[in-house]
Amino acid sequence: MPVKVSMTVNGKPVAAEVEERTLLVSFIREHLRLTGTHVGCDTAQCGACTIHMNGNAVKACNMLAMQAEGADILTIEGVAAADGTLHPMQEAFREHHALQCGFCTPGMVMSAIDLVKRHPKPTEAVVRAELDGNFCRCTGYHNIVKAILDAAPKVAAMR
Amino acid sequence: MYAFDYQKAKSVADAAAALAKNPDAKALAGGQSLIAAMKLRLAAPQALVDLGSIAELRGIKADGKHLVIGAMTRHSEVVFSGDVKKAIPALAHLAGEIGDRMVRNMGTLGGSIAHNDPAADYPAAVLGLGATVETNKRKVAADDFFKGIYETALEPGELVTSVSFPIPKRAGYVKFKQPASRFALVGVFVAETGSGVRVAVTGASPCVFRVPEMEKALASKFAPESVANIKLPAKGLNSDIHASPEYRAHLVTVMAKRAVQAALG
Ligand SMILES: Cc1cc2nc3c(=O)[nH]c(=O)nc-3n(C[C@H](O)[C@H](O)[C@H](O)COP(=O)(O)OP(=O)(O)OC[C@H]3O[C@@H](n4cnc5c(N)ncnc54)[C@H](O)[C@@H]3O)c2cc1C
Ligand code: FES
Ligand code: FES
Repeated sequence: MPVKVSMTVNGKPVAAEVEERTLLVSFIREHLRLTGTHVGCDTAQCGACTIHMNGNAVKACNMLAMQAEGADILTIEGVAAADGTLHPMQEAFREHHALQCGFCTPGMVMSAIDLVKRHPKPTEAVVRAELDGNFCRCTGYHNIVKAILDAAPKVAAMR
Repeated sequence: MYAFDYQKAKSVADAAAALAKNPDAKALAGGQSLIAAMKLRLAAPQALVDLGSIAELRGIKADGKHLVIGAMTRHSEVVFSGDVKKAIPALAHLAGEIGDRMVRNMGTLGGSIAHNDPAADYPAAVLGLGATVETNKRKVAADDFFKGIYETALEPGELVTSVSFPIPKRAGYVKFKQPASRFALVGVFVAETGSGVRVAVTGASPCVFRVPEMEKALASKFAPESVANIKLPAKGLNSDIHASPEYRAHLVTVMAKRAVQAALG
């Protein structure tokens, strides 16, 4: 029996009828067609599907769309400013060449924004430890870590 | 994922009624273990009763003697709680070692102990601190709660509502992480409490357990060297591609030493 689900995604209210078993990541990608959120593993390991729910980073492949009923969701598509200016975290990833194939990048950026929110002045060790839930198969992480360390004060200054 | 029914419970009573009516229904907390298990058909409930909107199950209260944490309190709320950091810093540390930040933002205390994964962290704290698990029906002492692999004293449909942790004089938790999953290959929780020293081990065997020999040694002298020469027999400990029983037995001693050191600060 389909159920009604509604939430706010990137500032816009959305509502749909979905099957109960619909994962949040399927709702975002297949119903809303926001395909910036990736599915790498589908087993809660890789972090490619990371989005924010009510301001906290979560793995959208490991929860039901219904668990986000009424929530405020932010995906990678909603991170840049309305005029297209990149978020400082995105800009830092660009600047530091923190991506190669780009598959992990949306999840990395969403996780990194949450990371610097919780640790406004992270050390390199903190950044590395807190990236536990995001895998990158290309970069070897060095430039990702550099980008996050560079962006941290700029993200803090946004608030 | 296979098809199932879904219902959002409004209160504990509402959830309990829904679970009582349908023996093939299961409670859904953070979903961090259950959704993954359902994808793999390791669990196949016909219906889910979502506890996510039940406000009475969330929150952290400290009264000087106890720290009471609601079943639906997320791991990350425990990590960043000033009350927890002040009353039982080892518990905030333990919660911060669970999985990764995204898992901690969803996973809950109640879900973790109800699931009772042999390598989960919270069971070590609940047993190590001699906490009391409160359900919608009764109070269960930690010593009677964890029964075996993925098995607890919970009856079908019974819900964990909160856990009451007695505030110890000091406590420490150290785990050796299985690097891929971050679960405990072996984790040891040590506490000096009002009712004696307690040592709880997770990850090493099918279910969290206490080590009376270490407790006795630490009661006479609370120092790392007291446990340095206490070795568990390897027989009966977990064996998998990550570690042999002998290696796990060795890790219990090493983690216990470090946990005592951590408790001493
Ligand atoms: C990538 C990853 C890494 C992880 N690493 C770790 C780790 O290092 N250490 C660790 O300890 N855990 C780890 N976990 C597990 C995580 O902590 C889970 O959140 C936790 O085990 C289950 O909590 P949950 O709230 O997600 O419960 P759910 O998955 O929703 O439920 C689990 C089970 O408990 C039952 N249940 C839930 N709430 C209640 C309740 N109040 N009363 C009665 N029954 C209930 C459910 O019916 C279900 O059977 C990891 C998980 C993932 C995905
Ligand atoms: S796709 Fe969600 S964690 Fe990998
Ligand atoms: S850039 Fe390719 S996986 Fe990270």
